[in-house]
Amino acid sequence: MAKIHVETTINGAPTEFLCEANQTLLDVLRDQLGLTGSKEGCGSGDCGACSVTVDGRLVCSCLVLAPEAQGAKVETIEGMAQGDKLHPLQKKFVEMAALQCGICTPGFLIASRALLERNNNPTETEIRYWLAGNLCRCTGYDKIIHAVMEVAAEMRESAK
Amino acid sequence: MSNPPTNNPKYKWIGTRPDRPDGADKVTGRARFAADFNLAGQLIGKVLRSPHAHARIKSIDTSKAEALAGVKAVVTSRDFPEQPDVIVPAGEMQVNLRDVTRNIMAREKVLYEGHAVAAVAATNEAIAKQALALIKVNYEVLPHVIDVAAAMKPNAPLLHEHLMTEGAKPAAARPSNIAKRIEFAKGDTAAGFAKADVVIERDYTTQAVHQGYIEPHATLASASEDGQVQIWSTTQGHFQVRGFCARLLNMETSQIRVTPSEIGGGFGGKTVVYLEPLAVRLSQKSGKPVKMTMSRDDVFRASGPAPGADVHVKIGAMKDGRIVAAECTVAMQAGAFPGSPVGPACMCSYACYDIDNVFIVGYDVVSNRPKVAAYRAPGAPISSFAVESTIDLLAQQLKMDPIDLRLKNAAAKGTKTAYGVTFGTIGMVETLEAAKNSPHYKTPVKPGFARGVAAGFWFNVGADSSAAAHVGEDGTVTVISGNPDIGGSRASLALMAAEELGIDYDKIRPVIADTASIGFNFVTGGSRVTFATGLAVVNSVRDLIRDLKGRAAKTWGVDPEGVIWENGMAKPAGSNVGTFEPLTIAQLAATAGKTGGPINGHAQLNVTGAGPGFGVHICDLAVDADTGIVTVGRYTAAQDVGTAIHPSYVEGQLQGGAVQGIGWALNEEYIYNAQGRLANPGFLDYRIPVASDLPMIETVLVEVPNPTHPYGVRGVGEVPIIPPLAAVANAVARSTGIRMYDLPLSPPKLSAALDAARPLMAAE
Ligand code: FES
Ligand code: FES
Repeated sequence: MAKIHVETTINGAPTEFLCEANQTLLDVLRDQLGLTGSKEGCGSGDCGACSVTVDGRLVCSCLVLAPEAQGAKVETIEGMAQGDKLHPLQKKFVEMAALQCGICTPGFLIASRALLERNNNPTETEIRYWLAGNLCRCTGYDKIIHAVMEVAAEMRESAK
Repeated sequence: MSNPPTNNPKYKWIGTRPDRPDGADKVTGRARFAADFNLAGQLIGKVLRSPHAHARIKSIDTSKAEALAGVKAVVTSRDFPEQPDVIVPAGEMQVNLRDVTRNIMAREKVLYEGHAVAAVAATNEAIAKQALALIKVNYEVLPHVIDVAAAMKPNAPLLHEHLMTEGAKPAAARPSNIAKRIEFAKGDTAAGFAKADVVIERDYTTQAVHQGYIEPHATLASASEDGQVQIWSTTQGHFQVRGFCARLLNMETSQIRVTPSEIGGGFGGKTVVYLEPLAVRLSQKSGKPVKMTMSRDDVFRASGPAPGADVHVKIGAMKDGRIVAAECTVAMQAGAFPGSPVGPACMCSYACYDIDNVFIVGYDVVSNRPKVAAYRAPGAPISSFAVESTIDLLAQQLKMDPIDLRLKNAAAKGTKTAYGVTFGTIGMVETLEAAKNSPHYKTPVKPGFARGVAAGFWFNVGADSSAAAHVGEDGTVTVISGNPDIGGSRASLALMAAEELGIDYDKIRPVIADTASIGFNFVTGGSRVTFATGLAVVNSVRDLIRDLKGRAAKTWGVDPEGVIWENGMAKPAGSNVGTFEPLTIAQLAATAGKTGGPINGHAQLNVTGAGPGFGVHICDLAVDADTGIVTVGRYTAAQDVGTAIHPSYVEGQLQGGAVQGIGWALNEEYIYNAQGRLANPGFLDYRIPVASDLPMIETVLVEVPNPTHPYGVRGVGEVPIIPPLAAVANAVARSTGIRMYDLPLSPPKLSAALDAARPLMAAE
C-alpha cells in the first residue's frame, strides 16, 4: 500500500513525512524524524513518557496515529527551550532535582507546561491529578510537584 | 517539605546542591537512552517467546522465517554454546552460567511464559514480526507450578529434573524444586522462648513485584568481520554486559566494547543480560547492526521481577519489650532458575535489633515464573515486612510506643548479627530518635487516619571501582568513572572531586566511560557508586594532586615534600614558604609540556568497609471502609545516610524508594491465571503509584558518617524501600483493627477483609 504523505508543523517548523496508516506519531517522531526526546515507556497510553501537544492539546503520542498530525501543530520536548535558553520548567526541574534517571522528564515537562498554560495557580492536588498520567518510578513525585508549584508561583509573580 | 542537614562547615562543596552536570541534556530530550541509538543499515531484532508456563521443546523449525524476504538472521539455542555449571556474580545476586544461557534462550524446555525460544533480525519491525509468526515450535506442554508452597510439595511438577537441595538436612534424596536451604543461628531460641513473657507467631505472604523502570530494556549491537563487537545498551553494569556476552558467546572480553546509554531506571533489574547476547549473535550472523527493544509486555513477562515469598515469624519478648528470641523462615521464589535473594532476606530480617537468640532458615524455590532479579535491597523488604509487622503486634500487645519498643532493642556499635558480623559505627538508634523527634511523629494523628511505623536495614556494598582524573590544557578537570549514572551520581562524584582538588564544581566534568576507556567497575547497584566509585574518584584526584605537586616542585626546583596543595593551588611549604608564588592548576597545565607531559591521576580499588544503613518510616493513612481504598495522608522517611554529598539526590533516593515500597504494600503484584500466564503485564493492570496517590514524602537525613570513607559516605538507595511495606500494613492494622498478613493490601482484598469482620446486619 502506498504510504501516506503528511504535512505538519513540528516545534514551529513545517515538516513533511511519509508513513503507514497504522504508524503512531511517536514512531514517526522517533524513528523517522530523529526526535528521540519523546520516550516510549509502554506504547499503550499508560506512562506519559511520550507526551506531546497536538494543537495545544496534551496527548500520548503513542496513541496518536501519525496521519492525524496532518495540518496540526505538534510540540515536542525538543522545542521547549528557546535557543540556548531553557524554559523555566526545565530550569527548575534541574535546580530542584526533579529528575533522577530522567526518562520520564520530557513527558513531565510537556505535561506540566500544558497545565501551567491553562492554569498558573493550580493547587498541589490539581497538579497531582493533572500529572497522574505520567509515571515516574524514581522520584516519588515529591520534587516534581514542588518544581511545578515553584514555577507556577514565579509565573504569577512575573504576570503581576 | 524536607529537612536538609546542616551543611558541614568544614566542607566547601560536600553537602551543597548544585545543578547536576547532565541536567540540561536530561530536560531537553538530548540525553540518549538505549532506544535512542541507531546505526545506518541497522536491522530490527525481535524475540519469539513461549506461550506456555512449562513445556518441552520437541523441535523448532525456522526455515519459513529464514526464507521470508527481509529476514537476515534467525537464532535459537543452537547458536549459543553450552555453558558449565559454575556460579558467577551478577550484580547483587549470584547466577549459574548454565542457567544464564538457558534463560536468554530456552534449550530443552521453556520454564515460564515469555521465555525466549528464538530471535530474528529483519530489515524492519513489521517483517521481523511476520517472521516470528512463521517459526514453528513443537511443544509438549507440561504441568506447571507457580506458587512457592505448591512448588515445595513432594509431588510438584519438577522444573529441573536433577535439582537436589543444596544444604538440606539430612541431604536431599530426590530432586525437588527447592534449590537451597540456608540457616543462620545465634544463641538458643528454645531457651529464649521459654523465658519470654509474650510469644507471637504469624505467617505472611508477599507477591512478586516488578522494578517498574520506565525505560524498557534495549540494545544495539554491531559485530564486524574481524570479530570485534560494539554494544550500546541500557544497563547498570556495562562491564557485566561485556563479561556475560563474552562468556555466552565464547568471545574474549577485549573483543567487546560496551557503551552504556543513559539509563531510564533499573533498581537492580538491569544488572542481568537478556537482549545483548541475542543482538550480538544476530549481528554476527547477518553482518549488520541489530537493534532490539523490549515492549512493556516483554519487560513484565520476561525480565526479572523481585520474588514473592512465604514468611513465618516467631518473636518472644519480656514484658518490658526486650526481645529475647526470634525466628524466621523465608521460602522465596527464585523464578525458573535457582538464585533468589533469600540470603539477604534472611540476614536482614533481624539486623535492626540486638537479640541474643535468633534462628533463621531460608529456602530458594524454583517455579514457572521468570527468573527473579535484584530489586533495591534484594529480599530485605520481604522478610522485614513480616518481622516489622510482628514487632508492631508486640507493641500493640505490650501497649508500647512502636518507636520506643524498637529503641529498646535497637542494634548499636558492637551488636553481633545473626549472620556473624559485628557492627561498627551505625546509626539505628540515631535514626529511631530522629524519627521520634520528627515534625511528623510529634504531630497527633489526624482524625480518620492511623499511624504505622517500621524500620529497615541494608548492608550496602563496596566492590571494584576504577577512576581517572585528567587535567586539560586550560586547567579544567575531567573525572572519568565507569558506573552508569542512574540517579545523579555524576553530581556527587564531581562534588567530591571539587572538594579534594579545591576548585569549583563547574570546573570538573564527570564522564562515564565505556568498557574500553576505563578499568573494570562492578555494577551500579547495592548503593555502591557514591561510596565505592566515589572513593576511587577521591583516590584518583589524590593521585592527580601528587602529580601536580611534583610539577610545582620541578618548576621551583625543590623537593616534592616542599609543596602543599591548598585551595586548588600548589603552594610552597616548610622552608620554601614565601619563596615562590602559588601555582594554580591552570598555570601548571600551561607548562605541563616542560614538567613531564600530560597531568593525570588514576585509581583502582576493591572497596571494603561499606557502612550499613538503617531507615525508619512513619505512615499516616486512612482506609475507606466501603471500597478498601487506602489514602496515604502523610509520610516520613528517616535514614542514616552517612554524609549527604548532594542532599537533594539523597532525599530523592529516600522519596523514590519509599514510594516504590508503598506501591509494593498497596497495589503491585504479579497475577497468574490458571494456565500459568501473567494476567497483568502492563501499567494499566500492574498499577504503580501515580502522583495523585501520594502526599509529599518528608525526609529526615541523619548523618552518621561512615568512618571508612574520607567523606563519611554510606550507600543510601536500598534502605528506603524496606520499611514502607510494614509501615503501611501497620497503619492499616491500627486504622481498621484488622491485621493483614498478605500483600498487597489492594482494595478488593482489604474490602473483603473489612466485610468479613463487619458484624452481620440483621436481615430486614
Ligand atoms: S509510551 Fe505513550 S503512554 Fe507510555
Ligand atoms: S526520574 Fe526516573 S522515571 Fe522519573
